[in-house]
Amino acid sequence: MDPAEKLTLDIFKNDQESHIVIRQEICRRCVMKPCLRICPGGLYSISEETGEILIEFTGCLECGSCRVACPAGALEWRYPRGGFGVQYRYG
Amino acid sequence: MERMDAVVVGAGLAGLTCAYCLAREGMQVLVLERGDHPGSKNVTGGRIYLRPLRPYLPELWDKAPLERQVTKEVITMMSEDAAFTAQFTSDKFREHSYTILRSRFDKWLGERVVEKGGFIVPQRRVTDLLREDGRIAGVLCEGEEIPAHVVIAADGVLSLLAEQAGLRGPVTPRHAAVALKEVIKLSPELIEDRFGLSAGEGAAHLFFGAITEGVFGGGFLYTNQETVSLGLVLGIDSFLQHPTSRESHVIFEAFKGRREIAPLIKGGALVEYSAHLIPEGGNKPVPRPYTDGFLVAGDAAGLALNMGITVRGMEFAIASGYLAAQTVKQAKEKGDYSATALAVYATLLKESFVLKDMETFRRSLEVLENPRMTSLYPAWVCKVMEDVFWIGEGPKQRVSSTVWKGIRQRLFNLTALKDLLRLRRI
Repeated sequence: MDPAEKLTLDIFKNDQESHIVIRQEICRRCVMKPCLRICPGGLYSISEETGEILIEFTGCLECGSCRVACPAGALEWRYPRGGFGVQYRYG
Repeated sequence: MERMDAVVVGAGLAGLTCAYCLAREGMQVLVLERGDHPGSKNVTGGRIYLRPLRPYLPELWDKAPLERQVTKEVITMMSEDAAFTAQFTSDKFREHSYTILRSRFDKWLGERVVEKGGFIVPQRRVTDLLREDGRIAGVLCEGEEIPAHVVIAADGVLSLLAEQAGLRGPVTPRHAAVALKEVIKLSPELIEDRFGLSAGEGAAHLFFGAITEGVFGGGFLYTNQETVSLGLVLGIDSFLQHPTSRESHVIFEAFKGRREIAPLIKGGALVEYSAHLIPEGGNKPVPRPYTDGFLVAGDAAGLALNMGITVRGMEFAIASGYLAAQTVKQAKEKGDYSATALAVYATLLKESFVLKDMETFRRSLEVLENPRMTSLYPAWVCKVMEDVFWIGEGPKQRVSSTVWKGIRQRLFNLTALKDLLRLRRI
């Protein structure tokens, strides 16, 4: 099953603004781009037009693996504001 | 706002236990939780071991909403196309370890806190620490100042607060593994039939070997009352050292598709997909879990232990929350919340099973992280078993010769001997 399909089963309360800010100037120099592979939600991608790193922040499971794996500190990573983001019913 | 005795950040096991203990002593305690309710941001594998916790809050555990008591321990070693399983059951495994789902459990524990007079405010994200004269004096919550004599950071594995307090650096790849988990609904009867369990009994099943595609980690399956928790853990540092490895969720899907796994979840409905970090700080806790007006507990303090066939964190969270509360109580009696007064927390942790167990298994992770433990040895076991069971066209060799040949081929070298000796550290 595609992770995007799995994420539709979770409850998300989406904020307007992303809680993850990507510093593209750092990403451009990053060869490995582990964010593309580590994210359990498969939420990171590269824009075909601009080559920029994109994130679908509304499906974020808030594990923080991208923050830890990012080699160059390109991610300004915060938790979503109180009351927003994923709400686990089982956990 | 009036100064609270204590502000706890994070309604997980450490934070809620701490708040419970403080509230029942009549102290003013406020828990700030960023989710909709306690537990809504929390994830476990998972199972909890209750025996070490019996001396702490014995009145609580009998009524706790646990899933199944684990009576069956199963370990499977996997090569790319084969698997060897060992299973252990014991009459002694009663009221020992239970499977658990955190959203439900933590919500229940939160209710116990409120019952004792503690305050829990959900949907509040703490962004910063409040400082007065150089000491921590409360928290800043979406711009609102909340003063307190002491702040207990129970804000989880990433602990942005412990980092702000200068007690630790950011979590590094060496210090964390990512866990991907599915909760799959099956009827209780089906679970019991499929896993060979009586009503209320549960199984804990761990998987090692080729499933993680060379990355340090493993798989798990825990039976809950009417769901199973199926997951995969990948060490982040090891993942980064395999730059050609596939996406974490693709590795997880391949694991689910294995012939050993697929029948176990067949007919089940996926009801939740989650992910969480596991602190694996080389099994080393935060060196100093306190500073002026500040304590750190649970995952935030790096209190988690990978002992190979058992992975523990929740008991440590509960015990550290309990001990943090003891510390705060003493501090209040003395009217002194300085680092000197709070240092007793470190002593209490050292005297408890938490740091004793972490010290004993301090070096177990370096043994387990050895890439041969995930790739070479599970595959070797599978190959030997295959040769033992296989009846081909030609003449069959004695079982002893087959096993001996396997040992000679793979284990008669210096590297394997060293690995064997290293096992003593576990």
